[in-house]
Amino acid sequence: MGDNRSLTVNGETRAIPVDEEPSLLLFLRNELGLRGTRFGCGLEQCGACMVLVDGQPQFSCTMPLSQAEGKSITTIEGLSPPDKLDPLRQAFLDEQAGQCGYCLSGIIMSASALLSRNPLPSRAEIVDALDKHLCRCGSQPRIVRAIERAAKALQAQ
Amino acid sequence: MIPNALPKSLVDNPRLEQWLAFKDGKVRLYTGKVELGQGVLTALAQIAAEELDVDFGRVEIVSGETPITPNEGFTAGSASIEVSGSAIRLASAEARALFTARAAVDLNTELRNITVRDGQFFVGGSPTGLDYWSLAGTVDFKGAVTGTAPVKARADYALVGKSIPRLDLRAKLVGGAFIHDIAIDGMLHARVLRRPWTGARCLDLPSSVIERFPSDVEVIRDGDLIAVVSISEAHATACMDALSANARWEGGTSIPDRADDVAWLRSLANVERETGNGRDIPQQPANTLRADYSRPYLAHASIAPSCAIARFDGDRLQVYTHSQGISFLRASLAKALHLDTERIDLFHRQSAGCYGHNGADDVAFDAAWLALKRQGAPIRVQWSRADELASAPVSSAMGMTMEASLDVNGKVTGWRMDVWSGPHGQRPGMSGGVNLLGAEALKHPPPAVTPVDVPDEMGGGALRNAIALYDVPQKVISHFIPQMPVRTSSFRGLGALGNVFAIESFIDELADAAGEDPVAYRLMLLRDERARRVVELVAKFAGWGHQPQGSGRAKGVAFSRYKNHAAYLAAVAEVRVAETVILEKIWCTVDAGLVINPDGLRNQIEGGIVQAASWTLHEEVRFVDGRISSDAWEQYPILRFSEVPDIEIELVEDAANPALGVGEVALGPTAAAIGNAVARALGMRIRQLPFSRDRLMRSLLATDQ
Repeated sequence: MGDNRSLTVNGETRAIPVDEEPSLLLFLRNELGLRGTRFGCGLEQCGACMVLVDGQPQFSCTMPLSQAEGKSITTIEGLSPPDKLDPLRQAFLDEQAGQCGYCLSGIIMSASALLSRNPLPSRAEIVDALDKHLCRCGSQPRIVRAIERAAKALQAQ
Repeated sequence: MIPNALPKSLVDNPRLEQWLAFKDGKVRLYTGKVELGQGVLTALAQIAAEELDVDFGRVEIVSGETPITPNEGFTAGSASIEVSGSAIRLASAEARALFTARAAVDLNTELRNITVRDGQFFVGGSPTGLDYWSLAGTVDFKGAVTGTAPVKARADYALVGKSIPRLDLRAKLVGGAFIHDIAIDGMLHARVLRRPWTGARCLDLPSSVIERFPSDVEVIRDGDLIAVVSISEAHATACMDALSANARWEGGTSIPDRADDVAWLRSLANVERETGNGRDIPQQPANTLRADYSRPYLAHASIAPSCAIARFDGDRLQVYTHSQGISFLRASLAKALHLDTERIDLFHRQSAGCYGHNGADDVAFDAAWLALKRQGAPIRVQWSRADELASAPVSSAMGMTMEASLDVNGKVTGWRMDVWSGPHGQRPGMSGGVNLLGAEALKHPPPAVTPVDVPDEMGGGALRNAIALYDVPQKVISHFIPQMPVRTSSFRGLGALGNVFAIESFIDELADAAGEDPVAYRLMLLRDERARRVVELVAKFAGWGHQPQGSGRAKGVAFSRYKNHAAYLAAVAEVRVAETVILEKIWCTVDAGLVINPDGLRNQIEGGIVQAASWTLHEEVRFVDGRISSDAWEQYPILRFSEVPDIEIELVEDAANPALGVGEVALGPTAAAIGNAVARALGMRIRQLPFSRDRLMRSLLATDQ
């Protein structure tokens, strides 16, 4: 006891439970109620669980919570206030980039990291940044267009 | 006067109150069809708002809840727009007519003087103060929809034909929106141990493993159905992983390693059935062509694991499910759990994209079974990725043999197609069976049934699209294999993938034999004007020209009309072939009649093309040690972002023809167009799907020898 291990999630400090060691994904979903981050495979093979750890896209399904200690985590809920969509997600709506939508929050986190380090990525750079993500419905063409649209919108800001 | 035949959804659910309710300025639309990621609810709401003359935003849709929504069977077969859309159109027109008649009485005026705008009644352009909601208590909605109320002329459509954004997308971009995200106070998490193959018996569970489980974990067992339940999802998952790694199985029917060999499949006991309009291949044709094609078993490979939540309060069983057919699931749950159907309520909640009979029904049984064991507690069951890929039903492998005779002028004088396939429909209730995976492992399982093929009136299973639309005499023989080594059921398009792939590949082979261009040859054999139009348009669209053989790069064309009575689609694929097949671009032209939501339709077609490309290049269920071994994405790869081709879609907007669903129309033609392009690029035809790197290498080596 007396162990004050913590991490930051969407700007808020959160204590790491003392006696349990769930994955970051289960902690986000079941302890913090942030259910926009999704379980897809638990194997780092689909990208549905992608979050930003200190700004870098990381699989949350296999990451022990202790590994996130002291780090800053951003989930889809942290991209903008709930009532206002950020330009990236607005672009996904504008392009109607999705069918079932299950893969999207992971993809959007990777896209968000991409646009932070490369504000005007080429199509090849977008595809490269998303290649670890799977989409079964076949929304890839729209997703790529949405990211291109978001890049332009962010430039105009 | 006899009204036109009512759509099945209205025959089964005749009362207007089963479809519509008007309250607090909103229109509540009830539908038995469910959102599977295909955008159907948006399109259905558009149809209702159009016929009612209300703003789109007034429509609130309630979907797939057995206590209150109409029973519309399965959401499948690209039939929702055609069947349910027609029902909603007629019901909405009837509601509008009833309200307007009532308003005419109250306003003491003639019907023709009244107009409706956003649910408000106007006379001579002036508001009357009357609207649907103020009249709602005075109009009888208990009567049957007659189907005789006038529907709008297509020229007057204001909402239908518009690309209205999806109703459900925003919620999915901001947080939890799926069945997986439902959290209920006191909810317990469960994981279920799956048997490696049918009929396997679990020997005693290793007590040394179970003794180490945390105190909040309970093991529940009935026969060979075994689950762990815990308040902690992490505990449930970890304990199931431990059980799964240590469980020992005996008996049952393991899957032979050669189950993926289509030649072996053809040797299994099968039921023959002949259809078509043809005669036997003539005795002495000038030329005969014969070719064997195959497609492998495919997995649904949904991005989300199947999930359900159930609670039994001692009287009623309530289940949240992402099933495609809640009324059938309800009946099967009742049988398997020995519970009165009337005491079971099912509520559809969305999951990831559903392309057929996946694990949704099975996981609902898992949760319902556990809810009865742990009365009062909401039980949430989520499958693992391995279960999703290896325990859900798979789509049957198929073998197709094509044979045709040509006369001296190259004209087709005989055509025979033989199709070997297992069942494409073993959903709950089909063939009279309960058909729930967990129930089969109970100590007292429901009776086993012998599967039959999906009936022709439902579009057929093994023979879906086995009759070509070409003007040739055709004899088609089904060799239906009821007892397959692996559980097979409905997957996007059922038999259409194998059949369209074989027919459209063979048509190219015939064109080559006749020395004709593949587009020109198809046009010679097609009489249906709408079919000819999509083929002609796609050729123009794709800049079709002479396709040299063996240059490493080529285009291929293919066509089909889904189920021979739904939408028409022609596709051209351009590929490069090196060590792998690289998809450069796919063009397609589609005629789906009246288009309700053009962007929604394009989205479905794009998705269908990408998924078909994935099937064609990569996908293949594999078997090792008696079980499905392709149980992770590394063993069951699907198309990645970097492999997705450019796609261009051209819609033939044909409002004079009825609206047709498009969820499945692109699959067969896309696969076949890629196949034809690969054959031309290589100067050699590969007749077995998928065109994986491995297959390509083996095929090239075989020709070198």
